Amino acid sequence: MSKVLMKGNEAIAESAIRAGCRYFFGYPITPQNEIPEYLSRAMPEVGGVFLQAESEIAAINMVFGAAVTGARVMTSSSSPGISLKQEGISYIAGARLPCVVVNIMRAGPGLGGILPGQADYFQATRGGGNGDYRHIVYAPSTVQEAADLMYEAFDKAEKYRVPVMLLGDGMLGQMMEPVEFKDHISPDFPEKEWALNGTGNRREPRKIYSLDVNPVTLEEHNRLLASVYEEITREEVRQEYFDLEQAEVVAVAYGTTARIVREAIGICRSEGLRVGMIRPVTLWPYPEAAFELIGKSCKGILCVEMSLGQMIDDVKIAVKGRQPVFFHGRTGGMVPEADDIANEIRRIAGACGRSE
Amino acid sequence: MKTVYERSKGLQSNPMHYCPGCSHGTIHKLIAEALVELDVLGDTIGVAPVGCAVFAYNYFNCDITEAAHGRPPAVATGIKRVFPGKIVFTYQGDGDLAAIGTSEIIHAAHRGEKITTIFVNNATYGMTGGQLAPTTLVNQVATTAPGGRDESSYGKPIKMCELLATIDGARFIERVAVDTPTNIRKAKKAIINAFKCQINRIGFSMVEVLSSCPTNLKLSPVDSLKWLQKNMIPYYPLGNFRKPAEVMG
Repeated sequence: MSKVLMKGNEAIAESAIRAGCRYFFGYPITPQNEIPEYLSRAMPEVGGVFLQAESEIAAINMVFGAAVTGARVMTSSSSPGISLKQEGISYIAGARLPCVVVNIMRAGPGLGGILPGQADYFQATRGGGNGDYRHIVYAPSTVQEAADLMYEAFDKAEKYRVPVMLLGDGMLGQMMEPVEFKDHISPDFPEKEWALNGTGNRREPRKIYSLDVNPVTLEEHNRLLASVYEEITREEVRQEYFDLEQAEVVAVAYGTTARIVREAIGICRSEGLRVGMIRPVTLWPYPEAAFELIGKSCKGILCVEMSLGQMIDDVKIAVKGRQPVFFHGRTGGMVPEADDIANEIRRIAGACGRSE
Repeated sequence: MKTVYERSKGLQSNPMHYCPGCSHGTIHKLIAEALVELDVLGDTIGVAPVGCAVFAYNYFNCDITEAAHGRPPAVATGIKRVFPGKIVFTYQGDGDLAAIGTSEIIHAAHRGEKITTIFVNNATYGMTGGQLAPTTLVNQVATTAPGGRDESSYGKPIKMCELLATIDGARFIERVAVDTPTNIRKAKKAIINAFKCQINRIGFSMVEVLSSCPTNLKLSPVDSLKWLQKNMIPYYPLGNFRKPAEVMG
């Protein structure tokens, strides 16, 4: 198929349809409205269901309901709306149900602003909901990657029976780029012997629940979840990196911020600086192993975010104290500028910086 | 030998965990019998609430999922939109439906969601230990209202049937009680009619069941029912509020 020019939000919606998603429940919030708007047109054309719920809370619980039947289902929202969905995401994780949640982040906290942000990193990777649960978080940096990762999101959700989050920001959602929708065939998954579809008076009733008043079996359930998360951590890490071995400075950024960091690296390279980069594509599981490829000549790591410093915690965990870690971030809807990032890189290369 | 009584095929054989005199067992039985008599048990998916009936999946002989507190109508909506031909019901208490879940129930009714809700009103929070419910009567003592429900602070108890009966999409709304054999028979008829409303794809249906919680009322089972008759029925009048002609004729 040839390329088409689309907004990130629209590409995410189209990709969901192509991934076999037939159920969408959501509630309007800027800057992700093109997703529900697109799906309100597209879902009926493929025999699917689009339903605008009365709230984000209702929407995520409708997702729960569709998920118990084994259907491919998704919701989308933006930061404050995702906060409201956290209860449901915890229940979905506890009940081992697959679904996809798209968060097109805006600035916070509270109502914040409608301009792009990356300040939901903690919420996305640590779980805003209660309990010992994790979920995969994909962080695309281009419209094409967002479209491609939607296929993965549905497949991995189904494979591991976990919620999967696609974490973009308002810039990615609103920008138009050429995108090609690749042919996608999902793997053959085993029949869902847990799905509720009526006994037909032929089998024992099935039940889906997260409550367990017996601490022994509830701990077992948590250990089962943990074993799934361990498998995901082994199998599903994704990242992009370059020039780590010879780098004087390694920049780390995800999503749209990574694009600006690339520009800054270009500026520094033209001045002869050796700058490497790690761009996590999965924010959980975090690509810790890539940090071990950083060579001895590295004077420092620069973490750049559209927040006041959230992913930097994971960077420090991955760096294990081998190099000093520095931070540059803008927030509130302000976007980091390549020149400012280049200045930070120069400062670290000159070893006159101050470690965070 | 002639069988004069047996457990409904709609129920599993697990012993129920409910307190002596609690109405949940009776209401479970009525729903199970209704599903069997309508021959839809194998096509039914239930949604259990947070509260004493959270373990409903151990009792009903059909597929059941739990839902977060107050969210069963949203979960049921998700199921029903995937399976329009299946029978989907929610089983909810008064804290679940009339407090934390008012938004979900009102909007499910408003959409005319073709689900059936069994709303168990016992005027208290049973599982958490007798706190003030939205349905607790004025001056009724609760563990969070030791002097009784103060109308000036909490207003009057909420009447969900009357509220939902104003909504076009809510096509079958009836309040029943399970205090006497006669009323239990009426309750079963209402539950059957509510499911018929769903089977015939007419719209949202709800049966509110006035029930007793002897443990939190601190009364014997018999005295609890007398308390229900003396205090609840006068405030929550029994009867049908909305009935579609297509079902009832």
